[in-house]
Amino acid sequence: MAGPRPDERPQPTARRNAQGIKVDPDAGAEHRRRTAVISALVEHEPGVLSRVSGLFSRRQFNIESLTVGPTTVEGHARITLVVEETDPGIDQAKKQLLKLTPVIAVGELESDAVRAELVLLKVRGTEPDKVHAITEMYEGRTLDAGPRTITVQITGDERKIDDAVDAFRQFGIIEIARTGQTALERGDSPTTPGEEPGHSAGGSATDEPTDDETTTDESTPNYDD
Amino acid sequence: MSESAEPAVDATDEEVDPDPDATGEAGAATAAAIPENGAAAVVAALESAGVETAFGVQGGAIMPVYDALYGSSIDHVTMAHEQGAAHAADAYGVVTGTPGVCLATSGPGATNLVTGIADASMDSDAMLALTGQVPSDMVGSDAFQETDTTGVTAPITKHNYFASDSTTVGDVVGEAFALSETGRPGPTLVDLPKDVSFGETDRAPKPPEPPARSKPDPEADPESVDAAARTIARAEKPLCLFGGGVIKGNATDEARAFAREHGIPVVTTMPGIGSFPEDDDLCLSWAGMHGTGYANMAISHTDCLIAVGTRFDDRLTGGVETFAPGADVVHVDIDPAEISKNVQADYPVVGDAGTVLDQIDAALDRSPDAGEWREQCTTWRDQYPMDYAVDPDEPVKPQFVVEAYDAATDDDAIVTTGVGQHQMWAAQYWTYTEPRTFVSSHGLGTMGYGLPGAIGARLAADDDRDVVCFDGDGSFLMTIQELSVAVRENLDVTVVVLNNEYIGMVRQWQDAFFEGRHMASEYDWMPEFDKLAEAFGARGFRVDEYDEVADVVAESLAYDGPSVVDVHVDPRENVYPMVSSGGANGEFALTEDQL
Ligand SMILES: Cc1ncc(C[n+]2csc(CCOP(=O)(O)OP(=O)(O)O)c2C)c(N)n1
Repeated sequence: MAGPRPDERPQPTARRNAQGIKVDPDAGAEHRRRTAVISALVEHEPGVLSRVSGLFSRRQFNIESLTVGPTTVEGHARITLVVEETDPGIDQAKKQLLKLTPVIAVGELESDAVRAELVLLKVRGTEPDKVHAITEMYEGRTLDAGPRTITVQITGDERKIDDAVDAFRQFGIIEIARTGQTALERGDSPTTPGEEPGHSAGGSATDEPTDDETTTDESTPNYDD
Repeated sequence: MSESAEPAVDATDEEVDPDPDATGEAGAATAAAIPENGAAAVVAALESAGVETAFGVQGGAIMPVYDALYGSSIDHVTMAHEQGAAHAADAYGVVTGTPGVCLATSGPGATNLVTGIADASMDSDAMLALTGQVPSDMVGSDAFQETDTTGVTAPITKHNYFASDSTTVGDVVGEAFALSETGRPGPTLVDLPKDVSFGETDRAPKPPEPPARSKPDPEADPESVDAAARTIARAEKPLCLFGGGVIKGNATDEARAFAREHGIPVVTTMPGIGSFPEDDDLCLSWAGMHGTGYANMAISHTDCLIAVGTRFDDRLTGGVETFAPGADVVHVDIDPAEISKNVQADYPVVGDAGTVLDQIDAALDRSPDAGEWREQCTTWRDQYPMDYAVDPDEPVKPQFVVEAYDAATDDDAIVTTGVGQHQMWAAQYWTYTEPRTFVSSHGLGTMGYGLPGAIGARLAADDDRDVVCFDGDGSFLMTIQELSVAVRENLDVTVVVLNNEYIGMVRQWQDAFFEGRHMASEYDWMPEFDKLAEAFGARGFRVDEYDEVADVVAESLAYDGPSVVDVHVDPRENVYPMVSSGGANGEFALTEDQL
């Protein structure tokens, strides 16, 4: 064993950071976490949701919310995931998702994508007028009103929902149920790469949303009955 | 259990005469055979996929499939434990290059497969597991021997299937088989409820085809190839790092040609052992925790690391902060998710290993100027040789035994191992020159892999090749029951137990990092393995001294059947070099006091 001891050997001076990225001594910038909205088009088959959520927990991706629902294509569903990760983490999450056999396509949404969430809030019914006023203010809807409780529904982006929840606190919130965000890409761009609309019962399902900011808030036609 | 077999008789009895045609004897050509039930369709699908051998254990929920195997051309090997079936199938797959097949019943049968499936998953080994399941209408009721097998195995399979329809179950099995070996290989599983196996069908399964989306493009995009080629051409200290993907992707010819053509030194990962001949001047053997000092020096100092088919496991990289820190990393892999997962790829090239190496070769207008670097690597090889001290009056050194078997066998002999120190010595002191000759549990590190692995390898390999299993006393004891299978099938395997009466690798760590407190690592209650072998009906040998080694090596290899050689090796011997976990590759220790 003629070679020098470990501390006497020539050692490289360069370094990588914990993500395995070469550290540029001048820049040396660390990756900050950011929030990303990922949309996965999947085969709508049993177990697909548990595969996706299992993947996220197993790999310790930081997941904020997850929503699922069918698309215009028969047999397809869309899973919308909000994750908070570093850029390499987001990249890895997308690639790992795409490896799952039932996953058809994965896209990360642009920051201007249309996003919405729905919240149900049950508050004390002692001040119905004031509750109504706040509900109006957030363009919400009263779903149930009794002498003791009032339940309202608010839809909108995350910020609006957070604000609304804050505003309702004064009445004493009894219960809350939030769906988590769901989202679509704006305009002509498909939400996941290569995605094409199917022949849905609704006919012209591809009507472009206008650039009008209120689009998301008006798109709640099914809660009337 | 017996009562659950009842419906079997009913279901098959009312069918027409028991015509064995359905399960056919024509082997691979039976795609068109008309099955009678789901189970026969499963077997027809296996036959049409070219499956010749399957490993498993019987049981209630899988009985219909076994019944369908009755007239089949498939050779079924009953194992002593389902873990053995999974490891045997895994090793069979590694040696043949096609997915190994294992079967188990529901519940405990399926859970016993789990370790072997996880092992195959970590090593990207192609394998198909078929599990019985309780009848569909009982699923979810906590029925006798019910386990949520698809749930349990979802994280450790490439994909798994719950078969729900007798008419399509054959297609599903074919797809699972094909998917397992497509692109980056990995284990797949099909869970077969008993009613689906029993259910009538007369539809021949479709030829095995993976789902269209799962077929990756073998060719890399030319721009990424050009960028990688430009970097390689101007490198001064280029280094090839060949991983298991080179072997799995059948790219050893291209890999060898590439390194030789351009005079680039080669380091392999442990799963990459055999991708490049270790007796070649360019080869620095394998890098990582117990890799050679020279491989680890080369990794630390390269300026251009051409990494092919590796996932940069932490046993290879040590702390990533110090892994090839000055290198531009060219990373070739068929799985895009491996790119920049652990180590950032400066030049990602996604595609099939062999295809991409040819593409890069074509794009390289000149070889890198690496004469000085090659000399440097040679100097390191001289400075940090792999050696150990032999003293005839002392207990036998395990390394000596490995070398003795290597010298007595041909290049195409296959080595399997358990997990521990003996595994490292088998990797370090045997000179591997051919792919698929080192069959081991890498990523999961499963003690007990060695013997069932040897059984799988033996059944996969031509008769004239030797199969030697290096095992530890602890590892051997974990799956020793598979000796009964080796005896029953008269399999010519030689199990060499490097018996140190310790679970040695643990003891080594206790010596180094736990102030020598040997908590639960002393195994001085080990049976006499040679006698135990005889009890099983195998040949047993025992070695205590150096001068017994040569004869026993020759005799055990010459014996036509399973033999167990209990070698009482130096119990204090430890594995070096060693990179401490999370440490820098270049700071490997050669002795304990250097740690
Ligand atoms: C199934 C399993 N259990 C525990 C371990 C942890 N482990 C790693 S090496 C080792 C010791 C192996 O001892 P032995 O098989 O006697 O081999 P040796 O190190 O003595 O050569 C143990 C317990 C493991 N790898 N696998």
